[in-house]
Amino acid sequence: MSTDERFRSLFDPAGVIVAGVSNHPAKFGFVTLHNILASGYEGRVFATNRDGGTVLGIDALTSVRDVPHGAADLVFVCTPASANPDLLRDCAAIGVRAAFLTSAGYGEAGEEGKRMEDELVALADELGILLCGPNGQGVVSTPSKLCAQIVAPYPPEGRIGIASQSGNFVSSFQNFAVQSGVGVSRAVSAGNAAATGVPDYLEFYADDPATAVGLAYVEGIRDGRAFFDRVRSIAERKPLVLLKGGSSAYGQRAAASHTGALAADDTVFTGMCRQAGVTRAATVEEAFEAAATFATQPLPRGNRVVVMTTAGGWGVVTADALANTSLELVALPDDLRAEIDQRLPPRWSRNNPVDLAAGETRDTIPELLDVITAHPDVDAVIYLGLGIQSNQARLMRQGRFYPDEGLERIVAYHERQDARFAEAAAAASATYDKPVLTATELAVAIPDNPGPVAVRASGKLCYASSNRAVTALDHLWRYAQWRRRRGLD
Amino acid sequence: MPTLSEAESKRVLAAAGVPMLDERVVQSATDAGAAADAIGYPVVAKLCGDAIAHKTERGLVRLRLGDRAAVEAAAADLLAAARPDDGEVGVLVAPMVAGNRELIAGLHDDPQFGMTIMLGVGGILAEAIKDVTFRLVPIERVDAEEMIDDLATQALLGPFRGEAAVDRDQLAAVLLGLSSAAQADPSIVSADLNPLIVTAGGTPIAVDALVERAASS
Repeated sequence: MSTDERFRSLFDPAGVIVAGVSNHPAKFGFVTLHNILASGYEGRVFATNRDGGTVLGIDALTSVRDVPHGAADLVFVCTPASANPDLLRDCAAIGVRAAFLTSAGYGEAGEEGKRMEDELVALADELGILLCGPNGQGVVSTPSKLCAQIVAPYPPEGRIGIASQSGNFVSSFQNFAVQSGVGVSRAVSAGNAAATGVPDYLEFYADDPATAVGLAYVEGIRDGRAFFDRVRSIAERKPLVLLKGGSSAYGQRAAASHTGALAADDTVFTGMCRQAGVTRAATVEEAFEAAATFATQPLPRGNRVVVMTTAGGWGVVTADALANTSLELVALPDDLRAEIDQRLPPRWSRNNPVDLAAGETRDTIPELLDVITAHPDVDAVIYLGLGIQSNQARLMRQGRFYPDEGLERIVAYHERQDARFAEAAAAASATYDKPVLTATELAVAIPDNPGPVAVRASGKLCYASSNRAVTALDHLWRYAQWRRRRGLD
Repeated sequence: MPTLSEAESKRVLAAAGVPMLDERVVQSATDAGAAADAIGYPVVAKLCGDAIAHKTERGLVRLRLGDRAAVEAAAADLLAAARPDDGEVGVLVAPMVAGNRELIAGLHDDPQFGMTIMLGVGGILAEAIKDVTFRLVPIERVDAEEMIDDLATQALLGPFRGEAAVDRDQLAAVLLGLSSAAQADPSIVSADLNPLIVTAGGTPIAVDALVERAASS
């Protein structure tokens, strides 16, 4: 059986067995079964444990052998390490092709555990079973509504494929997905990565139609050369965002060479990423936002950015942020300036950033987003100022005068307008196939503001600050450039 | 691990395509004078040998020699300064290269990623500034160009204090040559081109080179 088919069994199984279920709601076996059942998985679900009984309405079988042959192709293993070799043999006998082991007591537990882990790898190989973990948190796959993991959350559906050497980062990335609304296709924690490592999952994502971008946390890479070859081949097919831990742990030869002395910290890793076309992020939120941007915005065809803002200070700060990137705050083309002149009173900035200086009327913002994005000398747009009026509307709605004094009408108007503006940004992006990013701190400060709500509804990320939008867009342009320079587009 | 002499280091790297100047190694003051006449003045003269790695510290480098008499006198001094444990030595005569900007490039065997190529801002502050970038051997031309773009101190690479912008093609050729050298000779464990002086005309020139090879078994 091909590796790809076994990954299919991991991510899109026809049926799942949870081995080692428990009636105790704090045990992994219970939590996993709960999460599978609660998240809407539509395949068949089986549970086993030594003593039988009923857990969460499922009659537990005392042996995996009692599962009809071919009814389940994924087993989620919560049993102790000592029980697992026999379990795997039974699973193979009834047609299971992939096993995710959350069981601990393996390589992480010392010499004896390492020996058992090696034996398990050999056994799984012999049985033709894809072995994931052990000591991992689980696997999520939204196309199959599968949440086979020992922790929350179950993220919204989307196109980010997550793989992590640390289970906690799978949770972190998924929590960002819940918060931002930009969802996940697949997510897996590699645990001890005894047989299947982060690059193996990323390799599957690279050819997975449900996934638009890979997002991974790695540390302690075993074979740097092999890793480089893998990630470069992946980046040729799809964007890949890496967050790396332990960036200062490099052994360094006390060399006679100056070059060696300068190879400190993780400069070599950074260079490797640039060479491989991998997007390296410095922080967990930067990593998620880069991936979310790859998943929801087209790649820019150039680096010329227009910043459109309803108020001056934001534009200035955004211009500063752009100065430290590969992006260009493009000088406003004359014909575009003339177009904007027709729609605003003369006090607007008349350059880039396009500061409306509160000169807009009902249709100005949607129209400007369209004409600016349409212009051939503009490759991307950052839009600032969404949600201000709705924030005022919120205060009015909460105040004691509402709905009198005309407040009901104006509140509804503002809320409708901000939703419109967000929709216009998404429409301009779709029409002209260019990135249009919307940034406002209201995305996190007042997440139910109709502006950010409409951004999320449009499937896009609403950036919590313009700096973060700039950083994400910079990552997109660098990747686009990497592709173009190598003739990949 | 054995290091090669400056002359031998340059020969190895030049053979792989790293651009090098016209240089001669001679054994006598008279031959040094003749070499300088052929190269054109001013020149530098250095005592050179496999066992000599720190020439500057020992005063074995003579700069800006403007005529034949100066070259012959310097060469005689240098040959007299050789110590028995320096082994076989010679005088390297090379064109005097001047420029306000210094870069550094080299090869480094990384414990995790294997042989890598480095480009950085050079000079005495190099290790404090740490404006460096690495790639894994082998690199392509596009990688070399991106390495140059990676340096944070781009102002140094443009027109600078009356001197021309760095010749990026020539700098890329240095990096590609290092890559080829590492591929052609797996026994190379490190190389330094330090400094790579950028001339007033913008050409980066390796005025010193040190190649280190794994001990032969």
